[in-house]
Amino acid sequence: MARPLTTAQRINGMLRRVPAWPLYVLGAIWAGFLFWQALTGRLGVEPINALEREYGDTALKLLVAGLAVTPLMKYTRVSLLKFRRAIGLLCFFFVLAHFSVWALLDVQSFGRVWADILKRPYVTVGMIAFLGLIPLALTSNNWSVRRLGRNWRRLHQLVYGIAILGAVHYIWLAKGFQIEPLVYLGLILGLLATRIRWKSLLQQGRAAA
Amino acid sequence: ALGLGGLARPVGAQEALEPNSYEEITTYNNYYEFGTGKADPAKNAEALDTTDWQVTVDGLVDNPGTYPLAELIGGLAVEDRIYRLRCVEAWSMVVPWQGIELKDILDRAGVQSNARYVAFETAVQPENMPGVRRGVLDFPYVEGLRLDEAMHPLTIMATGLYDEPMPKQNGAPIRLVVPWKYGFKSIKSIVRISLVEEEPVTTWNSLAPSEYGFYANVNPTVDHPRWSQATERRIGGGLFSSRQDTLMYNGYDEVASLYEGMDLKAQF
Repeated sequence: MARPLTTAQRINGMLRRVPAWPLYVLGAIWAGFLFWQALTGRLGVEPINALEREYGDTALKLLVAGLAVTPLMKYTRVSLLKFRRAIGLLCFFFVLAHFSVWALLDVQSFGRVWADILKRPYVTVGMIAFLGLIPLALTSNNWSVRRLGRNWRRLHQLVYGIAILGAVHYIWLAKGFQIEPLVYLGLILGLLATRIRWKSLLQQGRAAA
Repeated sequence: ALGLGGLARPVGAQEALEPNSYEEITTYNNYYEFGTGKADPAKNAEALDTTDWQVTVDGLVDNPGTYPLAELIGGLAVEDRIYRLRCVEAWSMVVPWQGIELKDILDRAGVQSNARYVAFETAVQPENMPGVRRGVLDFPYVEGLRLDEAMHPLTIMATGLYDEPMPKQNGAPIRLVVPWKYGFKSIKSIVRISLVEEEPVTTWNSLAPSEYGFYANVNPTVDHPRWSQATERRIGGGLFSSRQDTLMYNGYDEVASLYEGMDLKAQF
Protein backbone atom coordinates (compact mmCIF):
# COMPACT_ATOMS: atom_id res chain seq x y z
CA MET A 1 0.00 0.00 0.00
CA ALA A 2 1.29 3.42 -0.94
CA ARG A 3 2.01 5.88 1.84
CA PRO A 4 -0.63 8.62 2.17
CA LEU A 5 0.43 11.88 0.53
CA THR A 6 1.62 14.72 2.76
CA THR A 7 -0.13 18.09 2.52
CA ALA A 8 2.89 19.53 0.72
CA GLN A 9 2.82 16.72 -1.82
CA ARG A 10 -0.87 17.28 -2.41
CA ILE A 11 -0.33 21.02 -2.90
CA ASN A 12 2.59 20.34 -5.24
CA GLY A 13 0.42 17.92 -7.19
CA MET A 14 -2.22 20.58 -7.67
CA LEU A 15 0.34 23.24 -8.58
CA ARG A 16 1.75 20.94 -11.28
CA ARG A 17 -1.48 21.46 -13.18
CA VAL A 18 -1.34 25.28 -12.86
CA PRO A 19 0.59 26.94 -15.68
CA ALA A 20 2.89 29.92 -14.98
CA TRP A 21 1.89 32.06 -17.96
CA PRO A 22 -1.26 33.55 -16.34
CA LEU A 23 1.07 35.37 -13.94
CA TYR A 24 2.31 37.49 -16.84
CA VAL A 25 -1.26 38.29 -17.78
CA LEU A 26 -2.09 39.22 -14.18
CA GLY A 27 1.01 41.40 -14.00
CA ALA A 28 0.11 43.22 -17.19
CA ILE A 29 -3.46 43.73 -16.00
CA TRP A 30 -2.24 45.09 -12.65
CA ALA A 31 0.21 47.49 -14.32
CA GLY A 32 -2.49 48.67 -16.72
CA PHE A 33 -5.02 49.00 -13.92
CA LEU A 34 -2.65 51.20 -11.89
CA PHE A 35 -1.97 53.35 -14.97
CA TRP A 36 -5.69 53.72 -15.62
CA GLN A 37 -6.26 54.69 -11.98
CA ALA A 38 -3.54 57.34 -12.22
CA LEU A 39 -4.95 58.64 -15.49
CA THR A 40 -8.46 59.00 -14.12
CA GLY A 41 -7.61 60.62 -10.80
CA ARG A 42 -8.16 57.51 -8.71
CA LEU A 43 -4.65 57.69 -7.24
CA GLY A 44 -5.26 61.16 -5.84
CA VAL A 45 -4.65 64.65 -7.14
CA GLU A 46 -0.92 64.08 -7.74
CA PRO A 47 -0.89 60.88 -9.80
CA ILE A 48 2.71 60.91 -11.05
CA ASN A 49 4.37 60.32 -7.72
CA ALA A 50 1.57 57.97 -6.70
CA LEU A 51 2.01 55.79 -9.82
CA GLU A 52 5.77 55.80 -9.39
CA ARG A 53 5.33 54.52 -5.84
CA GLU A 54 2.73 51.91 -6.78
CA TYR A 55 5.04 50.41 -9.42
CA GLY A 56 8.03 50.50 -7.08
CA ASP A 57 6.00 48.97 -4.28
CA THR A 58 4.79 46.14 -6.54
CA ALA A 59 8.38 45.48 -7.65
CA LEU A 60 9.53 45.20 -4.04
CA LYS A 61 6.70 42.82 -3.22
CA LEU A 62 7.64 40.62 -6.19
CA LEU A 63 11.26 40.72 -5.10
CA VAL A 64 10.24 39.45 -1.66
CA ALA A 65 8.00 36.80 -3.25
CA GLY A 66 10.82 35.61 -5.49
CA LEU A 67 13.22 35.36 -2.57
CA ALA A 68 10.62 33.43 -0.57
CA VAL A 69 10.43 30.51 -3.02
CA THR A 70 13.55 28.70 -1.82
CA PRO A 71 12.91 29.05 1.96
CA LEU A 72 9.29 27.98 1.40
CA MET A 73 10.53 24.81 -0.24
CA LYS A 74 13.13 24.26 2.45
CA TYR A 75 10.76 24.61 5.38
CA THR A 76 7.40 23.39 4.00
CA ARG A 77 8.38 21.30 0.94
CA VAL A 78 5.86 23.32 -1.07
CA SER A 79 7.51 24.13 -4.38
CA LEU A 80 6.71 27.29 -6.33
CA LEU A 81 9.86 26.90 -8.38
CA LYS A 82 8.04 26.78 -11.69
CA PHE A 83 6.59 30.25 -10.99
CA ARG A 84 9.85 31.86 -9.96
CA ARG A 85 10.92 32.93 -13.42
CA ALA A 86 7.60 34.71 -13.95
CA ILE A 87 7.88 36.39 -10.53
CA GLY A 88 11.40 37.55 -11.31
CA LEU A 89 10.60 38.83 -14.79
CA LEU A 90 7.52 40.64 -13.54
CA CYS A 91 9.65 42.23 -10.85
CA PHE A 92 11.96 43.50 -13.57
CA PHE A 93 9.08 44.86 -15.62
CA PHE A 94 7.66 46.73 -12.62
CA VAL A 95 11.09 48.22 -11.88
CA LEU A 96 11.26 49.25 -15.53
CA ALA A 97 7.81 50.83 -15.25
CA HIS A 98 8.84 52.54 -12.00
CA PHE A 99 11.96 53.91 -13.68
CA SER A 100 10.02 55.02 -16.77
CA VAL A 101 7.40 56.93 -14.79
CA TRP A 102 10.18 58.59 -12.79
CA ALA A 103 12.28 59.53 -15.83
CA LEU A 104 9.55 60.39 -18.35
CA LEU A 105 6.66 61.73 -16.29
CA ASP A 106 8.34 62.92 -13.09
CA VAL A 107 11.80 64.28 -13.86
CA GLN A 108 11.00 64.90 -17.55
CA SER A 109 14.48 65.62 -18.87
CA PHE A 110 17.47 63.47 -19.67
CA GLY A 111 19.84 66.02 -18.13
CA ARG A 112 17.99 66.02 -14.83
CA VAL A 113 17.70 62.22 -14.82
CA TRP A 114 21.45 61.95 -15.24
CA ALA A 115 22.11 64.66 -12.63
CA ASP A 116 19.87 62.87 -10.13
CA ILE A 117 21.60 59.52 -10.72
CA LEU A 118 24.99 61.09 -10.06
CA LYS A 119 24.02 63.44 -7.26
CA ARG A 120 21.38 61.67 -5.18
CA PRO A 121 22.49 58.54 -3.39
CA TYR A 122 19.00 57.01 -3.18
CA VAL A 123 18.61 57.40 -6.94
CA THR A 124 22.11 55.99 -7.50
CA VAL A 125 21.28 52.96 -5.39
CA GLY A 126 17.95 52.43 -7.18
CA MET A 127 19.66 52.77 -10.54
CA ILE A 128 22.33 50.19 -9.66
CA ALA A 129 19.59 47.78 -8.61
CA PHE A 130 17.75 48.39 -11.89
CA LEU A 131 20.89 47.87 -14.00
CA GLY A 132 21.69 44.74 -12.01
CA LEU A 133 18.32 43.28 -12.87
CA ILE A 134 18.85 43.66 -16.62
CA PRO A 135 21.29 40.72 -17.10
CA LEU A 136 19.07 38.60 -14.89
CA ALA A 137 16.01 39.40 -16.99
CA LEU A 138 17.93 38.80 -20.24
CA THR A 139 19.04 35.35 -19.06
CA SER A 140 15.66 34.26 -17.73
CA ASN A 141 15.06 31.75 -20.52
CA ASN A 142 15.79 28.06 -21.02
CA TRP A 143 18.43 28.67 -23.64
CA SER A 144 20.48 30.87 -21.28
CA VAL A 145 20.09 28.41 -18.41
CA ARG A 146 21.52 25.63 -20.59
CA ARG A 147 24.16 27.83 -22.11
CA LEU A 148 25.45 29.32 -18.87
CA GLY A 149 25.36 26.10 -16.84
CA ARG A 150 26.78 26.64 -13.35
CA ASN A 151 27.42 30.30 -14.09
CA TRP A 152 23.69 30.94 -14.45
CA ARG A 153 23.26 30.22 -10.75
CA ARG A 154 26.15 32.46 -9.82
CA LEU A 155 24.83 35.26 -12.02
CA HIS A 156 21.38 35.06 -10.53
CA GLN A 157 22.73 35.25 -7.01
CA LEU A 158 23.17 38.93 -7.87
CA VAL A 159 19.56 39.27 -6.85
CA TYR A 160 20.57 39.04 -3.18
CA GLY A 161 22.51 42.27 -3.40
CA ILE A 162 19.90 43.87 -5.66
CA ALA A 163 17.17 43.14 -3.13
CA ILE A 164 19.11 44.84 -0.35
CA LEU A 165 19.75 47.86 -2.60
CA GLY A 166 16.04 47.99 -3.41
CA ALA A 167 15.13 48.12 0.28
CA VAL A 168 17.82 50.73 1.02
CA HIS A 169 16.51 52.82 -1.91
CA TYR A 170 13.07 52.84 -0.26
CA ILE A 171 14.36 53.60 3.26
CA TRP A 172 16.48 56.44 1.92
CA LEU A 173 13.65 58.30 0.27
CA ALA A 174 11.29 58.17 3.25
CA LYS A 175 10.91 61.21 5.48
CA GLY A 176 10.77 60.79 9.25
CA PHE A 177 10.51 57.39 10.90
CA GLN A 178 8.42 55.14 8.68
CA ILE A 179 7.73 51.49 9.32
CA GLU A 180 7.04 50.15 5.82
CA PRO A 181 10.50 50.54 4.27
CA LEU A 182 12.02 48.92 7.34
CA VAL A 183 9.60 46.01 7.07
CA TYR A 184 10.78 45.37 3.52
CA LEU A 185 14.42 45.44 4.56
CA GLY A 186 13.64 43.10 7.48
CA LEU A 187 11.80 40.65 5.21
CA ILE A 188 14.58 40.67 2.64
CA LEU A 189 17.34 40.21 5.22
CA GLY A 190 15.30 37.45 6.89
CA LEU A 191 14.79 35.61 3.60
CA LEU A 192 18.48 35.96 2.77
CA ALA A 193 19.45 34.67 6.22
CA THR A 194 17.60 31.39 5.54
CA ARG A 195 20.14 30.78 2.76
CA ILE A 196 23.15 30.96 5.01
CA ARG A 197 24.50 27.53 5.88
CA TRP A 198 24.96 28.18 9.57
CA LYS A 199 26.30 24.69 10.29
CA SER A 200 29.16 24.91 7.87
CA LEU A 201 29.84 28.45 9.02
CA LEU A 202 30.03 27.19 12.60
CA GLN A 203 32.31 24.36 11.63
CA GLN A 204 34.55 26.74 9.75
CA GLY A 205 34.59 28.94 12.83
CA ARG A 206 35.61 26.00 15.02
CA ALA A 207 38.24 24.90 12.56
CA ALA A 208 39.66 28.39 12.57
CA ALA A 209 39.67 28.48 16.40
CA ALA B 1 -7.89 92.06 -0.12
CA LEU B 2 -7.57 94.57 2.68
CA GLY B 3 -4.17 95.73 3.70
CA LEU B 4 -2.45 94.68 0.53
CA GLY B 5 -2.16 98.27 -0.70
CA GLY B 6 0.95 98.69 1.38
CA LEU B 7 2.80 95.91 -0.37
CA ALA B 8 5.20 96.40 -3.22
CA ARG B 9 3.43 93.66 -5.16
CA PRO B 10 0.41 94.83 -7.10
CA VAL B 11 -2.89 93.50 -5.81
CA GLY B 12 -3.49 92.12 -9.29
CA ALA B 13 -0.70 89.60 -8.77
CA GLN B 14 -2.69 87.54 -6.33
CA GLU B 15 -5.85 87.79 -8.37
CA ALA B 16 -3.92 86.42 -11.35
CA LEU B 17 -3.30 83.16 -9.49
CA GLU B 18 -5.68 80.34 -10.33
CA PRO B 19 -6.50 78.54 -7.04
CA ASN B 20 -6.47 74.77 -6.85
CA SER B 21 -9.81 73.10 -6.26
CA TYR B 22 -11.14 72.60 -2.74
CA GLU B 23 -10.81 68.87 -3.30
CA GLU B 24 -7.15 69.14 -4.30
CA ILE B 25 -6.33 71.36 -1.34
CA THR B 26 -8.07 69.06 1.16
CA THR B 27 -6.97 65.63 -0.10
CA TYR B 28 -3.25 66.17 -0.67
CA ASN B 29 -1.69 67.16 2.63
CA ASN B 30 1.34 66.71 4.79
CA TYR B 31 0.21 66.49 8.41
CA TYR B 32 2.33 63.72 9.93
CA GLU B 33 0.30 63.64 13.13
CA PHE B 34 -2.33 61.94 10.98
CA GLY B 35 -0.02 59.75 8.89
CA THR B 36 2.77 60.11 6.36
CA GLY B 37 0.71 59.44 3.21
CA LYS B 38 -0.64 62.44 1.34
CA ALA B 39 -4.20 61.11 1.66
CA ASP B 40 -3.85 60.16 5.35
CA PRO B 41 -4.76 63.56 6.83
CA ALA B 42 -7.99 63.69 4.83
CA LYS B 43 -8.79 60.20 6.11
CA ASN B 44 -7.75 60.60 9.74
CA ALA B 45 -7.90 64.27 10.73
CA GLU B 46 -11.63 64.17 11.43
CA ALA B 47 -10.62 62.89 14.89
CA LEU B 48 -8.85 66.16 15.75
CA ASP B 49 -10.71 67.72 18.67
CA THR B 50 -11.01 71.47 18.05
CA THR B 51 -13.67 72.26 20.65
CA ASP B 52 -12.82 75.05 23.08
CA TRP B 53 -9.52 75.67 21.30
CA GLN B 54 -7.06 77.65 23.34
CA VAL B 55 -3.77 79.22 22.39
CA THR B 56 -1.09 79.98 24.95
CA VAL B 57 0.86 83.16 24.29
CA ASP B 58 3.98 83.38 26.42
CA GLY B 59 7.59 84.42 26.61
CA LEU B 60 8.60 88.01 26.02
CA VAL B 61 5.11 89.55 25.77
CA ASP B 62 3.25 92.11 27.83
CA ASN B 63 0.05 90.10 27.91
CA PRO B 64 0.94 86.43 28.40
CA GLY B 65 -1.85 83.98 28.95
CA THR B 66 -3.91 81.14 27.59
CA TYR B 67 -6.63 82.56 25.39
CA PRO B 68 -9.72 81.04 23.85
CA LEU B 69 -9.41 81.41 20.08
CA ALA B 70 -12.17 84.03 19.94
CA GLU B 71 -10.27 86.18 22.39
CA LEU B 72 -6.96 85.76 20.55
CA ILE B 73 -8.24 86.93 17.18
CA GLY B 74 -11.69 88.43 17.87
CA GLY B 75 -12.11 91.83 16.27
CA LEU B 76 -9.01 91.57 14.09
CA ALA B 77 -9.37 92.03 10.35
CA VAL B 78 -9.86 88.78 8.42
CA GLU B 79 -8.47 88.99 4.91
CA ASP B 80 -8.55 86.95 1.73
CA ARG B 81 -5.11 85.91 0.60
CA ILE B 82 -4.58 83.80 -2.49
CA TYR B 83 -1.11 82.39 -2.00
CA ARG B 84 1.15 79.98 -3.76
CA LEU B 85 2.16 77.09 -1.52
CA ARG B 86 5.49 75.46 -2.37
CA CYS B 87 6.25 72.22 -0.53
CA VAL B 88 9.87 71.29 0.15
CA GLU B 89 9.03 68.04 -1.72
CA ALA B 90 8.89 70.04 -4.99
CA TRP B 91 5.17 70.20 -5.53
CA SER B 92 2.99 73.27 -5.29
CA MET B 93 -0.57 74.53 -5.23
CA VAL B 94 -2.45 77.79 -4.91
CA VAL B 95 -4.71 78.22 -1.90
CA PRO B 96 -7.33 80.92 -1.27
CA TRP B 97 -6.88 81.46 2.46
CA GLN B 98 -8.78 83.57 4.93
CA GLY B 99 -6.72 84.80 7.82
CA ILE B 100 -5.37 87.50 10.06
CA GLU B 101 -1.98 89.10 9.78
CA LEU B 102 0.21 87.58 12.46
CA LYS B 103 1.45 91.09 13.20
CA ASP B 104 -2.02 92.05 14.45
CA ILE B 105 -2.03 89.15 16.90
CA LEU B 106 1.50 89.88 18.07
CA ASP B 107 0.69 93.57 18.51
CA ARG B 108 -2.24 92.61 20.70
CA ALA B 109 0.06 90.38 22.76
CA GLY B 110 2.54 93.22 23.14
CA VAL B 111 5.93 92.08 21.92
CA GLN B 112 8.74 93.16 24.24
CA SER B 113 11.80 94.85 22.82
CA ASN B 114 14.22 91.99 23.51
CA ALA B 115 12.14 89.40 21.61
CA ARG B 116 13.82 88.31 18.38
CA TYR B 117 12.03 85.12 17.34
CA VAL B 118 8.55 83.62 17.46
CA ALA B 119 8.15 79.92 18.27
CA PHE B 120 5.02 77.93 17.47
CA GLU B 121 3.71 74.58 18.63
CA THR B 122 1.09 72.22 17.18
CA ALA B 123 -1.49 70.42 19.31
CA VAL B 124 -0.69 66.88 20.42
CA GLN B 125 -3.67 64.57 20.86
CA PRO B 126 -2.25 61.04 20.92
CA GLU B 127 -5.67 59.44 21.18
CA ASN B 128 -6.77 61.24 18.02
CA MET B 129 -3.50 61.24 16.10
CA PRO B 130 -2.25 57.90 14.73
CA GLY B 131 1.05 59.43 13.57
CA VAL B 132 1.77 60.63 17.12
CA ARG B 133 1.12 57.16 18.50
CA ARG B 134 3.50 55.68 15.92
CA GLY B 135 6.21 58.23 16.72
CA VAL B 136 6.83 59.30 13.12
CA LEU B 137 8.47 62.50 14.42
CA ASP B 138 9.41 63.88 17.80
CA PHE B 139 6.08 65.52 18.63
CA PRO B 140 4.87 68.19 19.34
CA TYR B 141 5.67 69.67 15.95
CA VAL B 142 7.43 72.99 16.50
CA GLU B 143 8.34 75.78 14.12
CA GLY B 144 9.65 79.31 14.32
CA LEU B 145 10.22 82.59 12.52
CA ARG B 146 12.52 85.51 13.00
CA LEU B 147 10.50 88.42 14.41
CA ASP B 148 10.78 90.52 11.23
CA GLU B 149 9.49 87.57 9.19
CA ALA B 150 6.62 87.12 11.61
CA MET B 151 5.72 90.82 11.42
CA HIS B 152 5.80 90.89 7.62
CA PRO B 153 2.40 91.72 6.15
CA LEU B 154 2.45 88.58 3.98
CA THR B 155 2.59 86.35 7.08
CA ILE B 156 -0.87 85.32 8.19
CA MET B 157 -2.57 83.09 10.70
CA ALA B 158 -5.16 81.38 8.53
CA THR B 159 -8.53 80.33 9.90
CA GLY B 160 -10.21 79.24 6.71
CA LEU B 161 -9.97 78.53 3.01
CA TYR B 162 -12.51 78.92 0.22
CA ASP B 163 -14.61 80.81 2.80
CA GLU B 164 -15.04 77.62 4.83
CA PRO B 165 -13.68 77.17 8.36
CA MET B 166 -10.19 75.67 8.18
CA PRO B 167 -10.54 71.95 7.31
CA LYS B 168 -8.93 69.77 9.95
CA GLN B 169 -6.44 68.21 7.51
CA ASN B 170 -5.26 71.71 6.64
CA GLY B 171 -4.60 72.66 10.26
CA ALA B 172 -7.87 73.64 11.95
CA PRO B 173 -8.70 75.86 13.65
CA ILE B 174 -5.76 78.19 13.18
CA ARG B 175 -2.47 77.79 11.33
CA LEU B 176 0.44 79.82 10.10
CA VAL B 177 0.91 80.64 6.40
CA VAL B 178 4.26 82.04 5.26
CA PRO B 179 4.01 81.96 1.47
CA TRP B 180 7.68 82.54 0.61
CA LYS B 181 8.89 79.59 2.69
CA TYR B 182 8.58 75.85 2.14
CA GLY B 183 5.27 74.52 3.41
CA PHE B 184 6.64 72.79 6.49
CA LYS B 185 7.29 76.22 8.06
CA SER B 186 3.55 76.94 7.98
CA ILE B 187 2.73 75.04 11.14
CA LYS B 188 -0.80 73.72 11.66
CA SER B 189 -3.30 73.59 14.54
CA ILE B 190 -1.37 76.02 16.73
CA VAL B 191 -1.70 75.86 20.52
CA ARG B 192 1.30 77.95 21.57
CA ILE B 193 2.99 81.13 20.38
CA SER B 194 6.14 82.08 22.29
CA LEU B 195 8.21 85.21 21.87
CA VAL B 196 11.84 84.33 22.52
CA GLU B 197 15.33 85.75 22.31
CA GLU B 198 17.15 82.80 20.71
CA GLU B 199 16.43 80.95 17.46
CA PRO B 200 13.94 78.28 18.50
CA VAL B 201 14.31 74.55 17.81
CA THR B 202 12.23 73.50 14.82
CA THR B 203 11.08 69.96 14.04
CA TRP B 204 12.45 69.13 10.58
CA ASN B 205 15.58 71.17 11.09
CA SER B 206 16.48 69.26 14.24
CA LEU B 207 15.68 65.91 12.59
CA ALA B 208 17.75 66.49 9.44
CA PRO B 209 19.70 69.80 9.58
CA SER B 210 21.38 69.17 6.22
CA GLU B 211 18.00 68.77 4.51
CA TYR B 212 15.78 71.36 6.18
CA GLY B 213 17.14 74.74 7.20
CA PHE B 214 15.67 77.05 9.81
CA TYR B 215 14.90 79.69 7.19
CA ALA B 216 13.59 77.30 4.51
CA ASN B 217 13.00 80.13 2.06
CA VAL B 218 11.89 78.81 -1.31
CA ASN B 219 15.07 78.96 -3.36
CA PRO B 220 15.51 77.25 -6.74
CA THR B 221 19.31 77.52 -6.49
CA VAL B 222 19.70 75.57 -3.24
CA ASP B 223 18.83 71.91 -3.76
CA HIS B 224 17.52 69.55 -1.15
CA PRO B 225 20.24 66.86 -0.86
CA ARG B 226 17.82 64.24 -2.20
CA TRP B 227 16.13 66.23 -4.97
CA SER B 228 16.40 69.38 -7.02
CA GLN B 229 14.47 72.49 -5.98
CA ALA B 230 14.85 74.14 -9.38
CA THR B 231 11.44 73.03 -10.59
CA GLU B 232 8.12 72.02 -9.09
CA ARG B 233 4.98 70.20 -10.10
CA ARG B 234 1.75 72.07 -9.75
CA ILE B 235 -0.89 69.80 -8.23
CA GLY B 236 -3.92 69.21 -10.42
CA GLY B 237 -2.26 68.85 -13.81
CA GLY B 238 -2.82 65.11 -14.04
CA LEU B 239 -0.50 62.34 -15.14
CA PHE B 240 1.18 64.26 -17.95
CA SER B 241 1.57 67.65 -16.31
CA SER B 242 4.91 69.32 -16.94
CA ARG B 243 7.17 70.79 -14.30
CA GLN B 244 7.44 74.52 -13.91
CA ASP B 245 10.34 76.63 -12.74
CA THR B 246 10.44 77.39 -9.04
CA LEU B 247 10.60 81.12 -8.26
CA MET B 248 12.95 82.71 -5.75
CA TYR B 249 10.98 83.34 -2.54
CA ASN B 250 8.17 81.48 -4.30
CA GLY B 251 7.59 84.66 -6.30
CA TYR B 252 7.23 86.95 -3.28
CA ASP B 253 10.20 89.18 -4.07
CA GLU B 254 9.09 91.83 -1.58
CA VAL B 255 10.63 89.78 1.23
CA ALA B 256 14.13 89.88 -0.29
CA SER B 257 15.08 92.87 1.86
CA LEU B 258 14.65 90.71 4.99
CA TYR B 259 17.64 88.63 3.92
CA GLU B 260 20.02 91.28 2.65
CA GLY B 261 23.59 90.40 3.47
CA MET B 262 22.79 86.80 4.35
CA ASP B 263 24.45 83.87 2.60
CA LEU B 264 21.36 82.02 1.45
CA LYS B 265 23.33 78.88 0.61
CA ALA B 266 24.66 78.61 4.16
CA GLN B 267 21.48 79.85 5.88
CA PHE B 268 19.04 77.98 3.71
